[in-house]
Amino acid sequence: MSKILENTLQWVDARFPLTKMWEEHLSKYYAPKNFNFWYYFGSLALLVLVIQIVTGIFLTMNYKPDGELAFRSVEYIMRDVEWGWLIRYMHSTGASMFFVVVYLHMFRGLMYGSYQKPRELIWIFGMLIYLALMAEAFMGYLLPWGQMSYWGAQVIISLFGAIPFGIGDALTLWLKGDYIISDATLNRFFALHVIAVPLILLMLVVAHILALHEVGSNNPDGVEIKKKKDENGIPLDGIPFHPYYTVKDIFGVAIFLIVFFAIVFFAPEMYGYFLEYVNYVPADPLKTPEHIAPVWYFTPYYAILRAIPDKLGGVIAMGAAIVVLFFLPWIDRSNVRSIRFRSWMYKLNLAVFVVAFVLLGVVGIKPPDEPWKTIGIVCTILYFGFFVALWLISKYENTKPVPERVEYDAH
Amino acid sequence: MSSENVVNAGSFSTANIDKGRRRFLIATTSVVGAVGVVGLATPFISSMLPSAKAKAAGAPVEADISKLEPGQLVTYEWRGKPVWIVRRTDDALKSLSSVVDKLRDPESDESLQPEYTKNTWRSINKEYLVLIGVCTHLGCSPTYMPEIEGDWRGGFFCPCHGSKFDFAGRVYKGVPAPLNLEVPPHHFLSDNRILIGEDGVA
Repeated sequence: MSKILENTLQWVDARFPLTKMWEEHLSKYYAPKNFNFWYYFGSLALLVLVIQIVTGIFLTMNYKPDGELAFRSVEYIMRDVEWGWLIRYMHSTGASMFFVVVYLHMFRGLMYGSYQKPRELIWIFGMLIYLALMAEAFMGYLLPWGQMSYWGAQVIISLFGAIPFGIGDALTLWLKGDYIISDATLNRFFALHVIAVPLILLMLVVAHILALHEVGSNNPDGVEIKKKKDENGIPLDGIPFHPYYTVKDIFGVAIFLIVFFAIVFFAPEMYGYFLEYVNYVPADPLKTPEHIAPVWYFTPYYAILRAIPDKLGGVIAMGAAIVVLFFLPWIDRSNVRSIRFRSWMYKLNLAVFVVAFVLLGVVGIKPPDEPWKTIGIVCTILYFGFFVALWLISKYENTKPVPERVEYDAH
Repeated sequence: MSSENVVNAGSFSTANIDKGRRRFLIATTSVVGAVGVVGLATPFISSMLPSAKAKAAGAPVEADISKLEPGQLVTYEWRGKPVWIVRRTDDALKSLSSVVDKLRDPESDESLQPEYTKNTWRSINKEYLVLIGVCTHLGCSPTYMPEIEGDWRGGFFCPCHGSKFDFAGRVYKGVPAPLNLEVPPHHFLSDNRILIGEDGVA
């Protein structure tokens, strides 16, 4: 029996690099031995991507991308399709959990300087994934064709209208495919949501992982493990990804799924934060809801948009808030990666950034009144201030000496 | 070039390559290919523009205002957008002059309206205001807030991003909306009927 398997594998290996790929990316991919809690979120993001694709395929079997039918078809899935409610709640919870996991994953990168040389491209691919994910989430949110779907899309598409010289108006018309958000818009968003963006997303994920495996993983100490190798060329502080980290990640998956399904079963709307209550009213092009706010994962940028009392200025600030992240590898001029060996100024700066980002998220949910208006303006300044301060601090800060090898005791 | 290469039949000789010709062929092929890509992209990109059917759906809408009470607002749908008709009270009309210095474009020089409504009231008949109920910021539909109390002189408030407009749809300073609310082309068919979407015959 094992002889047959062995022969089959040889037959395949002579025609396709199966064993080679397995070794390169799993059994002989040496990752630092000191990964901690923060290193769960990359593999969890991959898990959520799979959940979204699988549940998404099954949702398309009953969903109708038509202005007349869309809202009802979602309710049909929820009420009449066998287990439809579970599949739909998994998809809607998956959308929010995707951002939870990705935000934590990005914060890990910030803390341990994982974007620094030579991992700039990993960071840039990651940022592109984040952009694609935002596009995917935004277009997916239109599909239930509720009031918040409709007016959220109206606001976001109108953002492009701020581009001067008549380009903006032509662009929004092209994006909508009609003079208002209509059936034409819904139909194309469906096409982009189920085919175009997922394809781009998958290709970017492959690029992200290939780039990572080319240079090797960073770690909580920010030490380059490839500098110290044994006689076989294997990093002294590296352990094979499989079985060590596959087992670790499966443990993470188990914990994550407990949380995930607790939400799916007990609080799928998350008190209006994952699925907004207004969205249970069918889209009405003549009436904007009393208070409109995007889903929580967009609110920090939405708050930045609102903080500036000028149409074009607001849109530019919002775009800049995302674009500036792409340049992080060059804004941070330090050679020390990990927060563990950096100055108190760096730590304070990062802490302020986190607080500002979270507060902006809160401001974006609240109506445009005081005191939230002022808090939004202050936090917008702090958000951009982080990058300016980082650029200055990283050049002049007093860092602690970085050890030659990772500091980690087996347990 | 080593002479070995020339003798060895198994490898190519690089001695007599006309590099200029290669560059020319690569460049021209790329240009022709790029033209092809642009040509092919055009129908796909154009297919996302409004279709003939969408363009045709813009017929004018007739509004009956005989039952409109002073202070009331009624919404009609024209080209899928909300169009408001407001019957303004005397207080509302008076408020227009009291807010002028707080407005961004009080004379409506930058804003969009038919020539015949480019006046203080932004309307043909000063009692009846006709507006497209779409915020010039990001396209939400503002809320009608006719109560004049305290600092608020009455008008419209956009719940999305806090833009404020007066009783003629003129935008206040310090809010994100850049322009006054748009006035659609319209004219009176009779005292009680307005046709929205068409200029009157002068």
